[in-house]
Amino acid sequence: MEKLSGAEMVVRALQDEGVEIIFGYPGGAVLHIYDALFQQDKVQHILVRHEQAATHAADGYARATGKPGVVLVTSGPGATNAVTGIATAYMDSIPMVIVSGQVRSDWIGDDAFQETDMPGICRPIVKHSFAVRDPADIPEMMKKAFYIATTGRPGPVLVDIPKDKTSPLVKVPYEYPKKVKLRSYNPVTRGHSGQIRKAVEELLKAKRPVIYAGGGVIQGEASKHLTDLAHKLDFPVTNTLMGLGAFPATDKQFLGMLGMHGTYEANMAMHNADLILALGARFDDRVTNDTKKFCPGATIIHVDVDPATISKNVRADVPIVGPVSQVLEEMVATLDEIGVTPDEKALARWWEEIGGWREYHGLRYELDPNGPMKPQQVVQALYKATNGDAYVTSDVGQHQMFAAQFYKFDKPRYWINSGGLGTMGFGLPAAMGVQFAFPDAMVACVTGEGSIQMNIQELSTCLQYGLPIKVININNQALGMVRQWQDMQYGGRHSQSYMDSLPDFVKLAESYGHVGIRVDKHEDLDKAMEEAFALKDRLVFMDIYVDPSEHVYPMHIADGAIRDMWLSKTERT
Amino acid sequence: MRRIISILMENEPGALSRVVGLFSQRGYNIETLTVAPTEDRTLSRLTLTTFGDDLKIEQITKHLNKLIEVVKLVDLTEGAHIEREIMLMKVKATGAQRAEVKRTVDIFRGQIVDVTSSVYTVQLAGTTDKLEAFIGAVGEAQVLEVVRSGVSGISRGEKVLSI
Ligand SMILES: Cc1ncc(C[n+]2csc(CCOP(=O)(O)OP(=O)(O)O)c2C)c(N)n1
Ligand SMILES: [Mg+2]
Repeated sequence: MEKLSGAEMVVRALQDEGVEIIFGYPGGAVLHIYDALFQQDKVQHILVRHEQAATHAADGYARATGKPGVVLVTSGPGATNAVTGIATAYMDSIPMVIVSGQVRSDWIGDDAFQETDMPGICRPIVKHSFAVRDPADIPEMMKKAFYIATTGRPGPVLVDIPKDKTSPLVKVPYEYPKKVKLRSYNPVTRGHSGQIRKAVEELLKAKRPVIYAGGGVIQGEASKHLTDLAHKLDFPVTNTLMGLGAFPATDKQFLGMLGMHGTYEANMAMHNADLILALGARFDDRVTNDTKKFCPGATIIHVDVDPATISKNVRADVPIVGPVSQVLEEMVATLDEIGVTPDEKALARWWEEIGGWREYHGLRYELDPNGPMKPQQVVQALYKATNGDAYVTSDVGQHQMFAAQFYKFDKPRYWINSGGLGTMGFGLPAAMGVQFAFPDAMVACVTGEGSIQMNIQELSTCLQYGLPIKVININNQALGMVRQWQDMQYGGRHSQSYMDSLPDFVKLAESYGHVGIRVDKHEDLDKAMEEAFALKDRLVFMDIYVDPSEHVYPMHIADGAIRDMWLSKTERT
Repeated sequence: MRRIISILMENEPGALSRVVGLFSQRGYNIETLTVAPTEDRTLSRLTLTTFGDDLKIEQITKHLNKLIEVVKLVDLTEGAHIEREIMLMKVKATGAQRAEVKRTVDIFRGQIVDVTSSVYTVQLAGTTDKLEAFIGAVGEAQVLEVVRSGVSGISRGEKVLSI
């Protein structure tokens, strides 16, 4: 058998796993691995400018492709810099493998230079972690790491490797296992047929049904199955922030996003439903508002691959543990087999009621052609310029919610945002990951002047690799979302939410070697967008000045039911 | 309600910290905890007691089951089971007290495992209730030091927790 050093085994394992690209940053503890990387060309290494960006880039790559993202960082500060990105991936169940260097094993515990207990720090934010004790274990640990990261409910897995275990002086036989088995880890591969039948019976009885679909539908490659079932039943569908694109936004059965900044009709339909089919969603507090008041009249069917998600926040009447795609497939088959159709008359009444809500308050905002531009308008212009075909990553804040509301995602994996952790600084590096995965695709990063400054150094990475990302900086000269809460709950006291002394983003983009465009007039917006997307091989930083006082609506009224919302600064339900 | 959760897990470094970490991370309380390898050296058996209603215990067991190293677990309190805790205790044993303590130890079927002129060291096994009753009977004023093992347990009858 071929003999390799630990470092060579790490790289070979990546090759054998089919990994084409990894994101990282070198340092002492991983220099053996970097040397092994240098001597091959199957795995491309992307040098970021900050380890947090490496994790977000790997994360964006994973979200866009469905393949695991891979990160390589050194021990100590390299590893701790990656922590925010690991937590971001964990909260959104993104498959990721992080290889972190560690000080030599005989120094562990001695507070050695650049030593941190990375498995300890990461325990609550990884699906699992491995600490290498013997180089001979590396192939199996790597295989297990990828297996765990990508199966069941996906998530990040850490492999921590002390420097001496990668030494070129120690060579051991290498064989990459074809399969691994863990006696203590067996993700469910099929939903219970009895439960599925029971669920189908409930679906057929329903008079006011809603399908509530989350990120699990996208992760579980079940968008097609969801669309099939929804069309077959003529049921309304709402998506969570993480689920946008799981069901086509331009489909007439789509109610829009639900939750804290969801549409009026989605939240009203949920509240008044007699049946909720929850698919790969987790009844997050940003969806439910007060769970005690949540959907009082609804029978809840909850399908998820993770049993711990079911009945965690809201009790399910029909729990089904299994992959969403398989469960949906079986639901459709069972429907065909039973041959009964849903109550058409009741559904017609239900659609009529929903139509009334849509009419009463669809997504809207006020636009004064003589006043400042509105952030919503920018997202609409982006939609128009890209024909709805761009990958859109976002940062966190008002701009994120406007993008979610106004960019109509018709396909899964095109909307990429940090939903669970809400990590400012995610957007630009995530866009890099997407652009590496799809070099010819349009990739837009919708951001704010606050968020973009949390990983702006990556403009340098973008230049190095020629990434033609379009940065759409919705510049409201404020930490807008914070400011909105301060307006609504703190008597307008804008404590520390004003972004004073902003850089000249155009010059900044230019100094990084990119194109910068400033827009502050309505009439320039569409033209500037087109101009930006016409520059197919350049990164364009669009600095677009908008109304600092705009709020995101609808917005849940705290501690209310899902239907309790502010609809504008003055109207509420 | 008090629950006894018994876990078979991989005997690997880091496994215990993940179980304990899960409890603090999710705001669950651990009342007692004991852990040791089993007859199969690759496995450890961990027993813990905690308090919670059905919903909370369901969550705890689901999250425990999600830990990669947890192979199997059972909530012993769901069925007939035997629970035991062992206690070592130093008790003042002077004057009239000396005979009184000895009598109480006998009644509770404990053993005196070490003696000095003024102190008995008592060993007692039983349920948590029994151990507490014993402390009550001796009188807290007499107790100098108590060490308890934490609860371990096993189900009654033919049911076994193994892989
Ligand atoms: C790393 C991080 N720190 C703080 C927050 C809290 N936070 C949420 S939104 C927001 C304001 C974001 O400002 P900006 O990027 O300009 O977006 P806007 O809301 O103005 O569109 C802040 C500070 C966060 N989500 N992430
Ligand atoms: Mg802003």
